[in-house]
Amino acid sequence: MRRTTGRLLRGMALLSVLALGATACGGSDDDSSSTKAVSASDIQAALKKGGSVTVWAWEPTLKTVAADFEKKYPKVKINLVSDRSGDKHYTALSNAIAAGKGVPDVSQVEYFALSQYSLTKGLTNLAPYGADKLASKYTAGPWNAVSDGDKVYGLPMDSGPMAMFYNKKVFDKYKIAVPTTWDEYVVAARKLHKADPKAYIANDAGDAGFTTSMLWQAGSRPYKVDGTKVTVNFEDAGAKKYTETWQKLIDEKLLSPINGWTDDWYKGLGDGTIATLTTGAWMPANFVSGVAGASGDWRAAPMPQWTAGGKASAENGGSSLALPTLGKNKELAYAFVQYANAGAGIQTRVNEGAFPATKAEQQSAAFQNKAFPYFGGQQANKIFAQSASEVASDWSYLPFQQYANSIFNDTVGKAYISGTTLAQGLKSWQDASVKYGNEQGFTVNK
Amino acid sequence: MSTPVTTASPSASTASGGGSKGAPRLRTPRKKHSPGRPKRSILLTVLTGLILVYTVVPLLWLVINATKTQQGLADSNGLWFAHHFALWSNIHDTFTYHDGIFVRWLLNTLLYVVLGAGGATFLSILGGYALAKFNFPGKRAIFAVVIGAVAVPGTALAVPTFLMFSKMGLTDTPWAVIIPSLVSPFGLYLMWVFATEAIPVELLEAARIDGAGEIRTFFQVSLPLLAPGVVTVLLFTTVATWNNYFLPLIMIKNPDWYPLTLGLDAWNSQAQTIGGDVIFNLVITGSLLTIVPLIAAFLLLQKYWQSGLAAGSVKE
Repeated sequence: MRRTTGRLLRGMALLSVLALGATACGGSDDDSSSTKAVSASDIQAALKKGGSVTVWAWEPTLKTVAADFEKKYPKVKINLVSDRSGDKHYTALSNAIAAGKGVPDVSQVEYFALSQYSLTKGLTNLAPYGADKLASKYTAGPWNAVSDGDKVYGLPMDSGPMAMFYNKKVFDKYKIAVPTTWDEYVVAARKLHKADPKAYIANDAGDAGFTTSMLWQAGSRPYKVDGTKVTVNFEDAGAKKYTETWQKLIDEKLLSPINGWTDDWYKGLGDGTIATLTTGAWMPANFVSGVAGASGDWRAAPMPQWTAGGKASAENGGSSLALPTLGKNKELAYAFVQYANAGAGIQTRVNEGAFPATKAEQQSAAFQNKAFPYFGGQQANKIFAQSASEVASDWSYLPFQQYANSIFNDTVGKAYISGTTLAQGLKSWQDASVKYGNEQGFTVNK
Repeated sequence: MSTPVTTASPSASTASGGGSKGAPRLRTPRKKHSPGRPKRSILLTVLTGLILVYTVVPLLWLVINATKTQQGLADSNGLWFAHHFALWSNIHDTFTYHDGIFVRWLLNTLLYVVLGAGGATFLSILGGYALAKFNFPGKRAIFAVVIGAVAVPGTALAVPTFLMFSKMGLTDTPWAVIIPSLVSPFGLYLMWVFATEAIPVELLEAARIDGAGEIRTFFQVSLPLLAPGVVTVLLFTTVATWNNYFLPLIMIKNPDWYPLTLGLDAWNSQAQTIGGDVIFNLVITGSLLTIVPLIAAFLLLQKYWQSGLAAGSVKE
């Protein structure tokens, strides 16, 4: 997952985006074209005819995929606009949709943000293009995120089944056993911090993506979405399990207060002061690029469980390629998305270090047996693929998750810096989300 | 350090000057300030020192860390050099990374500054001069609008401007950054105030009596007098355009038209992207290279700027 600095800017951008998004739903409803089936021969004809497709996506391996696609279909030009990610990407996308001009033909959309666009009819239903027949190709988590009943709003590009990365050098030095449950994790945290007061089991300064993933794994289902009827409730048993355990780490000051994705964070991962990182399976590429100095120190392990011997996992991050309703060249755009995320593009992307959302690639021998020099030759993909198969599929995000995430630090984040408990923080996050949702025209908790 | 000639001047002067001159001199030492020798205050020195540290340390940090490799950034102390001095290779990499897109961003920024800040300054001069030296109906209303406009942050106008420009088909083009930059209410206000003070009405009347037309009067009589003010406004608008982030962020999507601010931010956010290339060393070096032209502009224009700030403070 990714975060951006500058919360003020983010808040401002988001407010404008959401205000614009609300006006966008009044725009032309493209249902007539989306119910008409588009056959494979229509798509082939479009490829023969040629044209250009504008793609807004920051995923780095798409550069090679686009080049390959152009080689295969010389009449098609892929215009890949790739320098903007995360919140800024969504600001630009929402602004373009609101203005009705300059909308890309294909856009990368993270799973947590998909429903925000699909609900305002900002995205094309891909089922008539044949996307509904691809369901069995993908693992449950990502497919659940892109589909809504018989509608499909994007093809999964990658996935983030969670694993725990740990610094073996640090663990070996202080003779700490690799935790398999969260209770053992707390014990390991205490032991480590006692042995080296500068070292922490993990960094966590309050991260919405991480917290929702942890709730997901713990069996909590705080968000329920049925059209515009939404429930936000952080008071179930799963949430309680999570807050009780994580509160111990906060109370005993066992978490490093470093924000993820900053230079400090990369430094901490490199010098042994952050000893574990529980995150998505896409992390190895970032280790190689950002923490090159600690090559050989780190290993991957299954995510700690809530009950000994349990087998539950969750997703963290991951994104799809979707077709904005206002984009042009729909057939060509779909052909590219299909090539990148359901066709030959998958292998290209896997070769460049991406973690696929497709079962076949995850289960293939070449993928599973791949040795990671960074992890001392460990065949880490076996752990990740196992995790992907254990992700519960009934999780859903809010249709205004972007906004909710933007106020996470003002609500739950307080638990990390003041006397507020995590449970109280979640309660105020819930209240703020409910209030906002109702203001936006949703029926939340009524 | 005492030589007979310079030491003990009070006693020497009283001795040589005699009693009548001595009396007023005795009273003068009570005066606390004299222009030549300002009073020293420990508190002020400490405060100024703190502010100096506060402003210089980030700059120092930037310079020091621009000499480190990505690995060196993680391994070494933030305020001291790493073993490996990588400034030259960093500068080389900054200019060549992604097919030299940094150069393109630098040229874009220059374009926005020359046309945007230059244009804004030009319009401010014309408007400020007219408001200062001509009387016409509605002047008070314009004053109210200008003062009001100074209070509205450009950031608040960015999204409405985006929608307007999108309707005109100008978004994602350089014009989307240049045209809004042309409007500088603060520059106009500054020029207005400056022109009021700097150009004597009598001079204009003299020029008119001598038969000069309004255009000639403006260019040959008024403009030279306005020079310090022009430089001041130019500096303000240049810095504002050079550092502008939110407007291009909203308007420009194509990286080929990014200014440096957006480009560096895009490089920085690569570190926050799944599978992204982490290049903090190039972000830091790029930032250093980005402020060099601004520092140069300040140093070169400093004397004009300072005389501009002091204008009107002393009555001749």
